[in-house]
Amino acid sequence: MKPFPLWKYLVLAASVVVGMLFAAPNLFGDDPSVQISTAAGELPPPTFGEQVGKVLGSAGIEPLSNGPEEGRWIVRLDDETAQLAAADALRRDLGRDYVVALNLAPKTPQWLRDLGAQPMNLGLDLRGGVHFLLEVDVDDVRTRAVERIVDEVPALLRKEGIRYSGRRQAGDAGVLEFADAERLEAARRAIAGEFPEYSLEVPPQAPLTLQIRLSEEEAKRIVDFAVQQNLTTLRNRVNQLGVAEPLVQRQGADRIVVQLPGVQDTTRVKDLLGATATLEYRAVAEDDPYTAASSGIVPVGTQLFYTRDGNRPVLLKREVIAGGVNLIDAAATVDENGGPAVSVTLDGVGAKRMFAFTEKNVGKPMAVLFKEREVITNYNAKGEPIREQRQIEEVISVASVRGVFGKRFQTTGLTSKEAHDLALLLKAGALAAPVVIVEERTIGPSMGADNIERGQLAALIGFLAVVVFMAVYYRLFGLVANAALLLNLILLVAAMSLIQATLTMPGIAGIVLTLGMAVDANVLIYERIREELARGSAPLAAVDAGYDRAFLTIADSQITTLIAAVVLFALGSGPVKGFAVTLTIGIATSMFTAIIGTRAIIHLIYRGKSRLRDLPV
Amino acid sequence: MRILSRVPNIDFMRLRVPAVGLSALLTVLAVLLIAFRGLSLGIDFTGGVLVEVSYPQSAPLEEVREALARADFEGASVQYFGTSQDVLIRLPPTADNDSAAISTAVLDALGTMEPAPELRRVEFVGSAVGDELAVDGGLAALFAIIGILIYVAFRFEWKFALGAIVATVHDALFVLGWFALLGIEFDLPTLAAVLAVIGYSLNDTIVIYDRIRENFLDLRKASPSEVINVSVNQTLARTIVTGGTTLFVLVALFYLAGSAVHNFAIALIVGVLVGTYSSIFVGSAMVLWLGVTREDLLPPAETEVDDMP
Repeated sequence: MKPFPLWKYLVLAASVVVGMLFAAPNLFGDDPSVQISTAAGELPPPTFGEQVGKVLGSAGIEPLSNGPEEGRWIVRLDDETAQLAAADALRRDLGRDYVVALNLAPKTPQWLRDLGAQPMNLGLDLRGGVHFLLEVDVDDVRTRAVERIVDEVPALLRKEGIRYSGRRQAGDAGVLEFADAERLEAARRAIAGEFPEYSLEVPPQAPLTLQIRLSEEEAKRIVDFAVQQNLTTLRNRVNQLGVAEPLVQRQGADRIVVQLPGVQDTTRVKDLLGATATLEYRAVAEDDPYTAASSGIVPVGTQLFYTRDGNRPVLLKREVIAGGVNLIDAAATVDENGGPAVSVTLDGVGAKRMFAFTEKNVGKPMAVLFKEREVITNYNAKGEPIREQRQIEEVISVASVRGVFGKRFQTTGLTSKEAHDLALLLKAGALAAPVVIVEERTIGPSMGADNIERGQLAALIGFLAVVVFMAVYYRLFGLVANAALLLNLILLVAAMSLIQATLTMPGIAGIVLTLGMAVDANVLIYERIREELARGSAPLAAVDAGYDRAFLTIADSQITTLIAAVVLFALGSGPVKGFAVTLTIGIATSMFTAIIGTRAIIHLIYRGKSRLRDLPV
Repeated sequence: MRILSRVPNIDFMRLRVPAVGLSALLTVLAVLLIAFRGLSLGIDFTGGVLVEVSYPQSAPLEEVREALARADFEGASVQYFGTSQDVLIRLPPTADNDSAAISTAVLDALGTMEPAPELRRVEFVGSAVGDELAVDGGLAALFAIIGILIYVAFRFEWKFALGAIVATVHDALFVLGWFALLGIEFDLPTLAAVLAVIGYSLNDTIVIYDRIRENFLDLRKASPSEVINVSVNQTLARTIVTGGTTLFVLVALFYLAGSAVHNFAIALIVGVLVGTYSSIFVGSAMVLWLGVTREDLLPPAETEVDDMP
């Protein structure tokens, strides 16, 4: 027999060790646990443990552990009953500043976790939960942008003293009509100067009209901004839901995927995803807010609100200068003195009103009011959840007007962090465009558990059937193939855990299918060996010839399957992708184990037995 | 143990006329079935709402229908799914864009029943999304076939590539025709299964082609028909064994893995059976028909170096 190089043994031994290490976390199971984060989605401070301990202590619950784990605050508990009781107690006592979610914390030992070994992710179809695909109404975004043209451009022309004879909206364009060509030319220059993002056109069949459109890039930018803003808004809202591992992700140009493991109550989620939030700029009234707050008598024409920070009372005038619908853009920036600021862009209507207001009120305070209507869940004395709609109204900033401004302006007097947060809030507060649910998949928890159980059973029985057949059919060589098959399974699971692939039901089917097809390489090799033996080759020469001659065949046939799997991965979505991932990894691991793995074992068995008469194949 | 006590000597190529004739007939039938009877597409492709609920005892279908009728759901189909405790409710896609609200309304309507059922799953797919998934699926199959065509043409020769594609398309059409004939629902996992069938069937065909290539170079005096016959016979044991182990696990999936992958398993079982048949009769017969010769498979002649000084 040809010598089998040492490095191949070493590679094989290393892959066995690494494979076992990284596949191992899937064997330990989970602890029922409660995951806590701040309302802003951050990790609570280290001292938080005491507070949690106190709450749990007063509820008579003894946690297994209580502390930060990989960027999350995790409280592990004995069983589901304790988990639910702990979550209820924590929700009640920690209040709205913290988000409490049920989770399953893997029981992976610390030394494995230090190596970066984690169990596979389970797809929604295996653990239950909801999946939404939301589509952002792009037409609405464009329509509103065109409406702004029809609104803003005439205002500019009036300011410049250029007279037009008519204006209207035609499809995706705003159209202005002029009495003569000079005015049109003047208007064209003025518009191009003020609004470089618009494209202007004079149609040849009507030489005295000017068509104003959003330039291609501008239209794309506006849509992109709207989708991005919706994404941020939805992410913030989902964080308030108390879901352990939510996924909010952009998909393509105008879609957003929201996946919430473990959530069953889709009605509540739909309420929340569609909730409307607005932002208002209002003048601060001159009356004393503390008197109004203590006496309960609010002066005519004003409303009493409280600040988000510190809960101080603020009296605001009823009249809204600019609202969330007027907001086009917001970003954290620096003002002319280098101090932190938020730059805000308003649409035409908002800008006009803002201009009129600031012109008369330099030096006076103006407030930013955040309003959101959402459905929240509270807990009564018995710990039962009560759903109610509630309107949140908070003053997020009060600052002095420093000068006259309109379309674009800065809000200053903030710390750098505040400026950043405000910009985020301005953006995240309201949905920039309506969203429509275009796909929904909800899997009940019993269905998920059934799927896992059935998938495991099918995999086990399928595996056993193949193993028994191979042992009977190829005797000792069959056992060697079976060892390779087991290693293949371990490597497949290890690879999926390592890249944190999501295991879905079709993914399990892919694993099972891979097990059935993985023996193909060994079948090819063994049949070749049998042929060589029948031709009268010496047993060990037959082994070598079998492996060598079968290799190209295996490579050719597996690569074609690989092409199909890769295409499936590229074009598939959701569960189908999961199937493609397992199939692809399975092809790679099965080639490795069937060719290198079995050959190494056979070499170990037959090394030095050159006078062999027959082979147990 | 051996399935075949020695390498058999079956004259497969003599059977190629009736076999290919049968295949052609079945393919035409499959195309007709797909065209006229149509695939029973799942909501992944058509859009619509699907709700699966589970009752503690045998489910009263009539009451479910009544509860839905009271809530004004027209065209709801209600049927048992797997067991008599599980009920599957389907609603056609609506023009109304906000049909996500429908799934909520269906659950509310069923919640009024006594005893109230447990929710197993809800699926809602907008019709535009469904169309996209169907187009993407078709594209996936097309790109897979093109990619494989290029690889096989590169590794073998265009006659083999063409033969492999004919055999593969034959298998995919057969599976689709089977689904159309029996009206089995065709959903996303099933589409994945059809693509896996394409992979399997090619794998099988390539193994035989590989042997044909080898034998063309080894058996210099044999006619192409003889070479192909010998090759199919030599690989027959492997073809049967691999097909067998794959079928073992597929049958396990079919019976044990539950409804989620039921149709997936059916597509693959049918596909593996027809794929095995086609790699022997269709794929090999095609290359004979296309007039493959020994010269086609010789390695390309080395560039002449004689005239070097």
